[in-house]
Amino acid sequence: MSVLVDKSTRLLVQGLTGREGGFHAQQMIEYGTKVVGGITPGKGGTKHLGVPVFDTVAEAARKTGANTSVIFVPPPFAADAILEAMDAELPLVICITEGIPTLDMVRVNAALKNSKTRLIGPNCTGIISPGKCKIGIMPGSIHRPGNVGVVSRSGTLTYEAVDQLSRLGIGQSTCIGIGGDPIIGTTFLDAVRMFNDDPDTHAIVMIGEIGGNAEETAAAFTEKHVKKPVVGFIAGQTAPPGRRMGHAGAIISGGQGTAKEKYAAMRAAGIYTVQSPAEIGETMARILGKSKTGARKKSAVKPKRTKKRR
Amino acid sequence: MKIHEYQAKAILAKFGVPVPRGEAVFKKEDARAAAHRLGTPVVVVKAQIHAGGRGKAGGVKLAKSPEEAAALAESILGMTLVTPQTGPEGRVVRRLLIEEGLDIKRELYLSILIDRATGAPVFMASAAGGMEIEEVAKENLEAILRQTIRPETGFEPYHARKLAFGLGLSAELAHVALPFLESLYRAFVETDASLVEINPCVVTGDGRLVALDAKVNFDDNALFRHPELAALRDLDEETPLEVEASKFKLNYIKLDGTIACMVNGAGLAMATMDIIKLCGGNPANFLDVGGGASEEQVKNAFRILLSDPNVKAVFVNIFGGILRCDVLASGVVNAAKELKLAVPVVVRMEGTNVKQGQEILRKSGLNFTVADGMKDGAEKAVALARSAP
Repeated sequence: MSVLVDKSTRLLVQGLTGREGGFHAQQMIEYGTKVVGGITPGKGGTKHLGVPVFDTVAEAARKTGANTSVIFVPPPFAADAILEAMDAELPLVICITEGIPTLDMVRVNAALKNSKTRLIGPNCTGIISPGKCKIGIMPGSIHRPGNVGVVSRSGTLTYEAVDQLSRLGIGQSTCIGIGGDPIIGTTFLDAVRMFNDDPDTHAIVMIGEIGGNAEETAAAFTEKHVKKPVVGFIAGQTAPPGRRMGHAGAIISGGQGTAKEKYAAMRAAGIYTVQSPAEIGETMARILGKSKTGARKKSAVKPKRTKKRR
Repeated sequence: MKIHEYQAKAILAKFGVPVPRGEAVFKKEDARAAAHRLGTPVVVVKAQIHAGGRGKAGGVKLAKSPEEAAALAESILGMTLVTPQTGPEGRVVRRLLIEEGLDIKRELYLSILIDRATGAPVFMASAAGGMEIEEVAKENLEAILRQTIRPETGFEPYHARKLAFGLGLSAELAHVALPFLESLYRAFVETDASLVEINPCVVTGDGRLVALDAKVNFDDNALFRHPELAALRDLDEETPLEVEASKFKLNYIKLDGTIACMVNGAGLAMATMDIIKLCGGNPANFLDVGGGASEEQVKNAFRILLSDPNVKAVFVNIFGGILRCDVLASGVVNAAKELKLAVPVVVRMEGTNVKQGQEILRKSGLNFTVADGMKDGAEKAVALARSAP
């Protein structure tokens, strides 16, 4: 099993005929994802990459039986595209677009609460259940099927972590890029909860960043409800306050959202914290008893699972 | 994007937020004329820089005559203000705001920003005006009022009542606060602001509420629909290298270490800085070349990195996804040749077309240090920076 996407996923691509959308749709098809339709207003009735194109999401959903959509439309039109997919009642929508105005996402966020849709992103790499379904822009080749769930705010840093895992023979159940924006659909908490409920996910990697307090919230949930081992890393330990570090959401403001606070919250929750981004894979290997250097090897990371179960 | 106080006040005034009368000036002669036109017994001469803490640093002064205003303007213009928000190098004052003096009875704090937890705008208010809100929060978190505005319904009169009475304002002032707060909220929403902060918002002797100071930041992602606001950008307030980088759509932030880094992706870029620090070095910058960087962008990124005189080594850390390693390698090689590279460069590449990339580096005849993994790369960069003259 896996989380949210698998062989039963039938995908629409909003922005299929665009440069980005087309390129990644091709990659997804090659990976084996069932891309059943695309949406480009005005190009309905044509075909692109062998996939039928529709004018609206509603029509595409009706005619293809799609249950998921991925959005590659430019930032000024992305919020509208998300709302359209929600209106078509698609259960899962993944928005890759980077640079959506925050107040657009405020509207989307409000609408999401009364919808049947789960949104992943925006400004994210997407979601992949290795060997089953890839939705997004991540390189499929670095992943391998397995039992570790990965959730992360960043893109290439996730590739780095996944690559470390795969090289150590540790496969992934599902990897979710939740995105680097301040307002996102699926949070760390949501992802950790889903991984916790998924019988085929045996351990979780959580890759956070400075800014906000979503990592702290997920840590609090972990402490109470998660019995699977969780490995946590926070990027931005050396970031100066008040500066937006690339991602719109990666900013320490008013003394809030520092890596120090996030690490403290994770440690308190019994999460195995990793200070070095190069040690995410080996830490997980050690926990799962797969390390070639021996599971008992002393390391910089002290497992601090001194939970008081209530 | 940040703007100056006088620009923020002009925008707020358009939305009906009361602000003091005032004029922005760039020359001391204009300061005299502005003070004369204002005609109040006291005028305030305020340095305009994109940083708070100006008052304590000597950038805000009172003048009792147009002559005194001119004299103060002369001393403040061109002065380098160092405040906790400017960093040690400070900021040169190039613009002033000459404003009427007001009869101040009370000072309040007001701001609107996006609360990430609820995904909605939130008003923050405190009776301790003039203080940094972080300080108030540290001392007594309960002293800060918070009012979330639900985007479905927008600003409602009860929001204003809760805030006004919560701040201990009289019924008369609560009445005045309603249009004030409503205008402030409209300004926030209609300009796509990321922050509107009025600190202090003052109660005057004649029973008005006035935005005595104003800070407005805009959401960079929304500037495309506000060209008139984007035009307010003041490049003098930004680090020259960062301005240069933004021309090539590179995300660069200058830091004070000796190891320059070039990375694709914001998270990996931060993680690269972190691992340099863990290995005993100090990063010279944050640089995200983005997901689909071209050879040209890579070249420019390199040029910008190397124009920082503190740099003793460069660490290139790329996980190729959309950005292919061969494109990256060609960019690095071309840049190194063109710029007659004098500092050592450590390259760590992984992902799409990594073999081709390494081949390009090898064939270049240049002396790159190839790293195996990010830790190895960071260690090598730190060692090379240490042994540099």
